[in-house]
Amino acid sequence: MSEKFVVGYDGSDVAKRALDFAVSRATAQGGSILIVHVLEWSPYSFLTPEEIEERHARRTEELDRAEKALMAPLKSTIAAAGVPVETQIKYGHVAKTLCEVAKKEGATQMVIGRDGDGGLSSRVFGSVAGSLVQVAPVPCTIVP
Amino acid sequence: MTRLFPTAVLAVFFTLFAALSASAQSIDETINSIFASSTGWFVNLIFSNFPGTSFPWIVGWLVVAATVFTVYFGVIQFRAFGHAIALVKGDYSDPNDAGEVSHFQALATALSGTVGLGNIAGVAVAIGIGGPGATFWMILAGLLGMASKFTECTLGVKYRNEYPNGTVSGGPMYYLTKGFAERGMPGGKFLAIMFSIFCILGALGGGNMFQANQAHAQLTNVFGEYPGWITGIVFAGIVFAVIVGGLKSIARVTEKVVPIMGIIYVGTALIIILMNYDKIGWAIGQIFAGAFTGLGVAGGLVGALIQGFRRAAFSNEAGVGSAAIAHSAVRTKEPITEGFVSLLEPLIDTVIVCTMTALVIIITGQLISDPNTGLYVLNEAGTAIQTVGDNSGVALTSAAFSSSIGGFKYILALAVILFAFSTMISWSYYGLKAWTYLFGEGKAQELTFKSIFCLFVVIGASASLGPVIDFSDAAIFAMAVVNIIGLYVLMPIVKRELNSYWSRLKSGEIKKFS
Repeated sequence: MSEKFVVGYDGSDVAKRALDFAVSRATAQGGSILIVHVLEWSPYSFLTPEEIEERHARRTEELDRAEKALMAPLKSTIAAAGVPVETQIKYGHVAKTLCEVAKKEGATQMVIGRDGDGGLSSRVFGSVAGSLVQVAPVPCTIVP
Repeated sequence: MTRLFPTAVLAVFFTLFAALSASAQSIDETINSIFASSTGWFVNLIFSNFPGTSFPWIVGWLVVAATVFTVYFGVIQFRAFGHAIALVKGDYSDPNDAGEVSHFQALATALSGTVGLGNIAGVAVAIGIGGPGATFWMILAGLLGMASKFTECTLGVKYRNEYPNGTVSGGPMYYLTKGFAERGMPGGKFLAIMFSIFCILGALGGGNMFQANQAHAQLTNVFGEYPGWITGIVFAGIVFAVIVGGLKSIARVTEKVVPIMGIIYVGTALIIILMNYDKIGWAIGQIFAGAFTGLGVAGGLVGALIQGFRRAAFSNEAGVGSAAIAHSAVRTKEPITEGFVSLLEPLIDTVIVCTMTALVIIITGQLISDPNTGLYVLNEAGTAIQTVGDNSGVALTSAAFSSSIGGFKYILALAVILFAFSTMISWSYYGLKAWTYLFGEGKAQELTFKSIFCLFVVIGASASLGPVIDFSDAAIFAMAVVNIIGLYVLMPIVKRELNSYWSRLKSGEIKKFS
């Protein structure tokens, strides 16, 4: 069975390192890469009437921007390296959405980066890496 | 520059009014008398009685409509209740639509427009005039109103306009024109224009002046007397900064704090009711007795009924058409689902929140009754029940809460201001939608309306409660006159949607995603 790596990607330096790591493993093992970009979103947040009216337009913009700025450049460079690559852009809770995608797409491994600053907010609210360690449905590699 | 703009306008406002402040109190009086005399005819028209009775025709109009919808849709408020909850929880939301407006968000935003001073001050007005019995009629009106809300919000989504840039506009203006055309009925355009005019008046009245007025009343209650126009200017400045200056941060904070305030309010009311648990039975007895006998209140039994229905309609806006504007932007393939969700609104607003206010006022013994006869004692003018400390409106609610929990009036003042503010923001949006429907989309048109809106904040805070509340009610009920005609004509379309959706839900064609 060929390996399928789900990589959580947000364009940051650590995300790039995580992606590089996944690409090198996929090359070595003959696997494929699925890059997932999650836009943080809760259906239970509160919006003003104007935000509600414009929501659909904003969402289209956000998806466009993420596709153009983040995903498109990656696709060509990774495909050029000879690794099969797919991308997905999702809305939701980051860790939860990554796990859902991994399950749905039959991924065998997950790779994400962590920035490792351990600031107050991640102590209080937890980090994506921290949550994935606990709930990931498949083996999860965290790249520092 | 954009940030400086609202501040500059604010400064101009202040200078202007500071120049006039030599006769501070008389500004209030002048505004009040001009306002009362110029709106009287409109109020009289809307609240005129059925010939030969003391029953305002408009109250009958609303109740008959809510009853007709309840019967026509087979008590939809109870049949679809469980499904409405499942929709709000997101059980039927396609995960691929994440990032779009959810049912929960549409409901929460619509609620922050309706849960407002109607629930705090409006209920106090109803109980003060109509006695505890008004509560019974208010709850009944809330339950019936769920069916009206269901009808209008389904139509709001079904006939909304979706523009090429991805934004949407919906509301009675659109279903009156498009729906009537679809049914081959004339007059849709005329009704849409009438609705828009009344919606603008309603936005300036109940959605604005009443809120400013009662926010000021609460502030004077806490901090002592001072002229209303000062509150008005400050409020107008903040509203202006948000709706014209685009200060989204203020709006966003309010949107987050308002639900929390709502929970604190209901929670505190529950605590007070439980503190007086021995009187719960008595209070419920008073509500039922008052509903059918009058207990000596102003206007007797009919007085209680009219007050209950009037304040319920004012509070939950069922049949008024405003909710159809608020709910229309939700992302759903089935317009009827938003109808289901919207029927929770009168339930939360009226049946839960308003009833809490009413129970606290009754249980804490704010209304003075004659110990010998058990009947309520009227004030000298015979227009309302005498209360401890001679309070009315928001001051009555404040007194009731403070009598059990001393410092609560400060929390209530904060709640009142936040509720008033969020209602104003919502109504400025409803009014704006009506305004741009009449005058066309465009920055200049929007700025004109928004400036008028801010001016009315000042007028509302300065005028006295009586004329303001009459005008607010009249304008909002005028919206209902037009909207309900439309709902009668278009209800077969909603029925068709309902039957189609319900059979697909029962057959399992519409499935849960989680």
